[in-house]
Amino acid sequence: MAKRSISLPASQGILNQSLGGHSRSEESALLPHQEARRRFMVGAAGLTFGIVIGVPLRSKEASAFAAAAPKQTAMNAWVTLSTDGTVYLMSPATEMGQGSLTSIPVILADAMDADWSRVKLIAAPPNDKVYGNPRFGNAMYTAGSATVTGYFTLMRQFGQQVRYVLMDNAARNWNVPMTELATEPGVVVHAKSGRRLHYGEIAAFATIPERAPEIALDPLDKVQWRLVGTDVPRVDVPSKINGTAQYSIDVQVPGMVYATILRPPVEGAAPERIDDAAAKAIDGVIGIVPLKYGFGVLARDPWSAFKAKNALKATWSRKATGWGHSSDKGFEAFTRIARDPERKGVTWDVKGDVHAAMKRAASVFEGEYRADYAYHAQMEPLNSVAAVSPAGDAVEIWCGTQSQTTAVTAVARALGIPEDRVKLNLMLMGGGFGRRGNRDVEFIVDSVLMSKAAGRPVKVMWTREDDVHHGRFRPLYVNRLKAGLDASGNIIAWHHRVVSDRVLAFMDPVRFATSKGRDNIAMRGTEIPTYDIADRLAEGLQEDTGMRTAALRAIGVGQNAFANEVFMDEIAEKLKIDPVAFRLRNLTSAPRARHAVEEVARMASWGRPRSGRGLGFSYLDYSGTQVAGIAEVSVDASSGVIKVHQFWCTIDAGVAVHPDNIIAQSESSIVYGLGLALTERITIEDGRVQQSNFYDYHVPRMTDIPEMHIKLIQTPNHPTGAGQMATPLVAPAISNAVYQLTRVRLRQQPMLPERVQVAMLDADNRSA
Amino acid sequence: MTMITTALTVNGKRHSVTAHDDTPLLWVLREHLKLTGTKFGCGVGQCGACTVHLDGEPTQSCLHPFKDVAGRHVTTIEGLSPDSSHPLQKAWLAEQVPQCGYCQSGQIMRAAGLLKENPRPNRAQIVDYMSPNICRCGTYVRIVRAIERAAKEA
Repeated sequence: MAKRSISLPASQGILNQSLGGHSRSEESALLPHQEARRRFMVGAAGLTFGIVIGVPLRSKEASAFAAAAPKQTAMNAWVTLSTDGTVYLMSPATEMGQGSLTSIPVILADAMDADWSRVKLIAAPPNDKVYGNPRFGNAMYTAGSATVTGYFTLMRQFGQQVRYVLMDNAARNWNVPMTELATEPGVVVHAKSGRRLHYGEIAAFATIPERAPEIALDPLDKVQWRLVGTDVPRVDVPSKINGTAQYSIDVQVPGMVYATILRPPVEGAAPERIDDAAAKAIDGVIGIVPLKYGFGVLARDPWSAFKAKNALKATWSRKATGWGHSSDKGFEAFTRIARDPERKGVTWDVKGDVHAAMKRAASVFEGEYRADYAYHAQMEPLNSVAAVSPAGDAVEIWCGTQSQTTAVTAVARALGIPEDRVKLNLMLMGGGFGRRGNRDVEFIVDSVLMSKAAGRPVKVMWTREDDVHHGRFRPLYVNRLKAGLDASGNIIAWHHRVVSDRVLAFMDPVRFATSKGRDNIAMRGTEIPTYDIADRLAEGLQEDTGMRTAALRAIGVGQNAFANEVFMDEIAEKLKIDPVAFRLRNLTSAPRARHAVEEVARMASWGRPRSGRGLGFSYLDYSGTQVAGIAEVSVDASSGVIKVHQFWCTIDAGVAVHPDNIIAQSESSIVYGLGLALTERITIEDGRVQQSNFYDYHVPRMTDIPEMHIKLIQTPNHPTGAGQMATPLVAPAISNAVYQLTRVRLRQQPMLPERVQVAMLDADNRSA
Repeated sequence: MTMITTALTVNGKRHSVTAHDDTPLLWVLREHLKLTGTKFGCGVGQCGACTVHLDGEPTQSCLHPFKDVAGRHVTTIEGLSPDSSHPLQKAWLAEQVPQCGYCQSGQIMRAAGLLKENPRPNRAQIVDYMSPNICRCGTYVRIVRAIERAAKEA
């Protein structure tokens, strides 16, 4: 697929704006080595993931459409039609495994009634105004399971506008009323006369109107989908079964050398002294590059670079907030803050007057929940390739980022050059989970600085140990909850205080500047919109401990829903009400929620006792997606090991654009949640990360996986997220199941064996 | 540590490579021979992303120093089939296994080792054999289904 450097229309919805009038094969030569790169690039076809789907067009077929070379007509910023029948669609999302690379074009192709077998995708160039996600203030940012939900209406509009214009052109060409026309995939049909015109044929003579036609979209329960709701095979899968999928770590550029980076053990500690004699003595090492935040090693091959980094002996300034911090100190300090009524937090969610309601309550319950730091562990250790021009005034980068525009901005700033001098090659990502969405994209900037220093293209690779030691973690949490109930056992007041490391201020100072101090990454999930609670308050107390933090799959919801749903279970237990019945009693005005809850209970035969096993329930409204889960567990009393045998899950995300992928994402979310619930823990001592690799950071393996029973509930509602919604169900369902089985409450993630043992001992002592 | 030049056979083709004698086979394959389908995940034999066949046996290529693979036969994902026609690759496609895809070369190469050893594995044998390989996207249930499908259809 040709890469394109094109100028783009400034606003959406205007069909007459061409994509710049450039031919498909053009490419402005930004850097002198580009020509050479094309010849030698490993798997160059995969660059910019311009993925070609369907059967490649043979020239004989092409001649049926046009005698000469195919011409392209840009219908709008998203759709370009070729006279040979090829449909080029812009793909705005980044791909880290979640499937948006397929889902968004499916919506667009459906709306324009394109022939999917003729669709070719092009990575949309970094341009927020044109290709940004409205859910993120029009930023090109793939996160928050917000891609389908954010682009859905836009794709329908743009697609239907294209279809309208094609039909209008065909009608005028045939001199028939447009109302007599219909479409089949890729074809406008006049049934009365039996005439047919392929989209590509129409594109050859089409007049594109000055203004985009106004189209009223059908309500979702009336739409006749052709592709949406079917299991279109993912476009990236064929390349992922034979080794041809291109991640940034796979890129090789002629003249490229390798680099590793030695970073400080604590964020912000400045490099002081370096002993690099041993490193420089390694054959293959080109040099050591001092950076503001550490030292870079340049070498002719990766192994020399890794070895040299390990041979560096550096000292670091003690002037950094994180020195002295530890997980234990964090829990101690955060607990003190959580329990101190004088410490008011930043309001995240408020309804009514929680304090007044709490005074009226017949009974009041309190609970406290915790979570340790957790690590993304995306399979591809961070890396990036950059080629800075000899003059330092332009750069080409190959990287996996969750935000194309953020990457370009950060790189331009690092070099002090305009953004239009940055050429981005967006690569597939070997997992993201939030790790590649930070504003400063330090792992990309690394490669740019090293390329500039080297005067040649550089691939920077982090080792797994680098990736762990310099991870950006799900923060440490202490959640304090208080609920007031009326005399008949209805919840009338809900107060949630969340103390954690600050996240948004660290991961994205730009967004934080306009957030009024509200940390959406730490706080999401404390709002509980579907439970019938008249008065509620969620307040955030986010502390700057100096720790590196980030969004991690399910962000704050992962811990805040754990707190909510274990607390719910505790209240139900005190009231002697069945936990599922208790949820339903408080979900009277949310029919979709009720359905998800009732259905999962039915699937699991909730209420049927299992010998030696416990069942636990959890429910969540996650950005509108309704999910409910039930875990079946056993506990080995001597070792404290929890085994999850089965997990049932229902998910209602509205219109299911890609049903099988929603199931796949739910499987994925449950497995991810399992690790966070049971085994995954980062600990800090004197500011330093204590874990290093998969031998001491334990992610789920195949032996740990329960049987999963997932039911997708399809409803004609605007689609909501599916990429991480089930993750937060897992920990509370497990904790609640352990309680049902053992009468022991586990109030901290992860529920490590030693914690289970301690909790069981405490329970024994209390009952003795 | 010294630089050495030695020959090995990869996917049926003989290559002469010069590298540090302790360079893991993984990096020889990826950066020297440009066979990038084999992935770097942990570097310490914990994740299986770098799984290849060495003299026909699945193994983690990050654990084999270059000096120990001289003259030996290596098969990588690129050599499993010329056109994604191996029964496991077809099954992987049918079950839509990959998500991010980064671990899948290693998963498929490990599964190929299993089927060679045991053409009709039961579920417990699959789970046991595949447990060295991590998939962070959690595609495990589909991997199991794909292996079962390949065993049936092969």
